Amino acid sequence: MKIAVCVKQVPDAAAPRRLDPQTKRLDRSGEGVLNAFDVHAVEEALRLKEAAGGGEVLLVTMAPERAQDTLRKALAMGADRALLISDEAAAGSDLVATSYALAKALEREQPDLVLFGQQASDSDGAVLWAAVADRLRLPTISQVAELSLAEGRVRGKRQTEFGYDVIEAPLPAVVAVSDAINEPRYPSLKGIMSAKSKPQELVSLTALGVEPDRAGDQGSRTEVYALGDPPARGDSQKISDDGSGAEQIVAFLVERRLV
Amino acid sequence: MLSKAAALADGAVAAAILGSGVRDLAARAGSFGARRVFVADDPRLEAPLPQPRVDVLAALVREHGVGTVLFGQSVLAADIAAGLSARLDAGLNWDLTDLRSEDGRLVGRRPALADSVYAEVGWRSEPRLAIVRSGTFEPSETGGEAEVTEVTPQFEDFSLAATMVEQAHEESGGPSIEDADVIVAGGRGLGGPENFTLVEELAKALGGAVGATRAVVDAGWYPYATQVGQTGKTVAPKLYVACGISGAIQHKVGMQSSSVIVAINKDPNAPIFEYSDLGVVGDLHEILPKLTELVRARKSG
Repeated sequence: MKIAVCVKQVPDAAAPRRLDPQTKRLDRSGEGVLNAFDVHAVEEALRLKEAAGGGEVLLVTMAPERAQDTLRKALAMGADRALLISDEAAAGSDLVATSYALAKALEREQPDLVLFGQQASDSDGAVLWAAVADRLRLPTISQVAELSLAEGRVRGKRQTEFGYDVIEAPLPAVVAVSDAINEPRYPSLKGIMSAKSKPQELVSLTALGVEPDRAGDQGSRTEVYALGDPPARGDSQKISDDGSGAEQIVAFLVERRLV
Repeated sequence: MLSKAAALADGAVAAAILGSGVRDLAARAGSFGARRVFVADDPRLEAPLPQPRVDVLAALVREHGVGTVLFGQSVLAADIAAGLSARLDAGLNWDLTDLRSEDGRLVGRRPALADSVYAEVGWRSEPRLAIVRSGTFEPSETGGEAEVTEVTPQFEDFSLAATMVEQAHEESGGPSIEDADVIVAGGRGLGGPENFTLVEELAKALGGAVGATRAVVDAGWYPYATQVGQTGKTVAPKLYVACGISGAIQHKVGMQSSSVIVAINKDPNAPIFEYSDLGVVGDLHEILPKLTELVRARKSG
């Protein structure tokens, strides 16, 4: 069983984040951390490997070289190795370009299962796996909160508003997991020590067969024209309930024609 | 969404209805501004799975030279739009709170970094794909009639590989939180899961849906699927009533685009009051039942 986990290095949300007014891209110069949702995907991959009694957990990411420090945390949790698509030409890649490069890397690796975290905390995107799955021509299941493997098939259970879905697909498949799926482990001291010697392979876009016009800014189909401040909300009233709070709310709703 | 598209495209709008037993919806699409409705009615489109829908939409876009495809935000829509983006190498902008035509080009507005920045975004080529936050646009029923075209879907093998093996759906009278005009949401201030009935009753009286904060979902008081916020759903109803919700950033990003926000909280310093249209400092155990009664009385009277 070979499991690839696609992870992303994101700016620490606890620190101030900003968009570069020049490039209109997220300023990634500060401390990077592993996207919290992806930590759940790494944990799930490790559990599946342990349950299967063997196999390989491979991390795949597209990021500048210094993301190696961030990848080391996932290696310390127990992942076996990392593949880092590191190329200046990849900067500014949107969904079209990113999904293309990731699919090329995954085609090379031929994993049985590809896992994603449900969302990226920097872009709030929740779309990448479905694009990658389409490029790989593989089935996909998203928002999975319970995952199991049996007889060459993956089964995912997810919560919906009024109940739940259980979806099954043959392997290989692409699955996005929600953060309700597990409680990620903390790396052990032994894990932290061994992570230093685990292989981290850096590959260029060319090495993966990504044509220059399909990467980065050139390969992207969306753009950001301008940045601005969010609009201020209108007048806000605050009242203390003196027993007539409910009446006042109704009067307010009536005035706005909401009841 | 249709009404907005009709306004943007000067009427040259088609609706695509994909599902099983959905033919009857076609007439409705016409009354909201669609000139043409493509209907793919196929048992293989019954389960809410994205990949067969990507096949149908990709064929429609290619055959009819569709320039822009709009989706209303949902988990299913995001998976479909992303798959379509890869299939057609088409740019996708998501989480839009506005869409307009400016100097002949389409411009979307996307809040970023926990809604602290608004980015004006666009597309470099056609087709353009966009996912719009639910509740962003007002429907306008113009009463037109659409020409209905039946589509025979052709599916890729891999698109039919994932199958729905079980679907548990508790019947609920109210709308889903993604479609609701009114959402009444509860947070930790309710004090316990049993008090969610106060929220449910008010939601029912207002004809709305129930939402929950991350804290109460994590505590197991209410299902994850109703979670509003950064790690849950982003909603923009006409009215959002926040009950016992402090309004931390994680929740704020999921609901601050609501047209009107009413907050009830006993802590006068709760951050939610900073972005509420009406804030009531008080005990929701007293206010909510009374409010529900008053709303009911008004609706029945």
